[in-house]
Amino acid sequence: MENSIKVILPAISRNEALARSIVAFFAVELDPTIDELGDIKTAVSEAVTNCIVHGYPDGRPGDIEIYADIRGDAIHIEISDSGVGIADIEAARRPFFTTAQGEERSGMGFTIMETFMDLLAVENREGGGLKVTMEKSLRRKIGVQSADASAG
Amino acid sequence: MEILYDRSENTMRITLFGELDESSAESVRNSLDRNIVLSDAARVIFDFSRLSFMDSSGIGVLVGRYKKFSGRPVSFFISSPNPTVDKILKLSGIYTIMPVVETA
Ligand SMILES: Nc1ncnc2c1ncn2[C@@H]1O[C@H](COP(=O)(O)OP(=O)(O)O)[C@@H](O)[C@H]1O
Ligand SMILES: [Mg+2]
Repeated sequence: MENSIKVILPAISRNEALARSIVAFFAVELDPTIDELGDIKTAVSEAVTNCIVHGYPDGRPGDIEIYADIRGDAIHIEISDSGVGIADIEAARRPFFTTAQGEERSGMGFTIMETFMDLLAVENREGGGLKVTMEKSLRRKIGVQSADASAG
Repeated sequence: MEILYDRSENTMRITLFGELDESSAESVRNSLDRNIVLSDAARVIFDFSRLSFMDSSGIGVLVGRYKKFSGRPVSFFISSPNPTVDKILKLSGIYTIMPVVETA
């Protein structure tokens, strides 16, 4: 059976680094390059930060749910909150779109997720909140695979 | 995150160490504003060679500094980002307001 993880974290800023590191560690199973790991860390950081900043505005308490699994040569990641959700998802996904002008936000979060990952889906959850689904294919390195086979 | 300020002639080199994200953005912003004003330098170079991670919070900080100092005689430059940070900077169009400088 393929591997998976499920993590629930309180939506506080200092968990941003923890969340992206957890998913990056999990992805190591697929033997990613340094650059691929950087892509995954950045995309996860964007989604998690959005839960904290936008999903639960004004510092209201809430949880971030992170789920990830391995699908063939790809990592599949779901990041969800139970916060306010998004009224117009299509508009929110556009480059430079932000509802937080006064706070020096760039509006580039979804654009970065979309560019760095192979798949990005954004949907409101029943009962409130947002769910972001991402996937990235990490071509397994042939050298490592055959080394495993000869060792076994 | 640690920040090193190094002023020589008309240039201030600002080296950022570690990870720049939403949790560190506020204190980074305050430190940059204070030190850029104090230095009165004509050129500010952000040295990203020691920056291991940055997400779009960093773009917010950079664009914010550009806007804040737009009325003053100071230009901003960027040096040595890692490949992932470089992709974010390109995607956001930052290099049109803060060109890359090659430095030793
Ligand atoms: N988890 C979320 N809950 C509620 N709104 C969100 C969430 N994530 C994103 N948004 C909305 O989508 C907009 C765009 O997000 P993003 O591209 O990351 O830019 P930024 O975070 O810089 O505003 C946000 O300004 C916000 O209005
Ligand atoms: Mg964002």
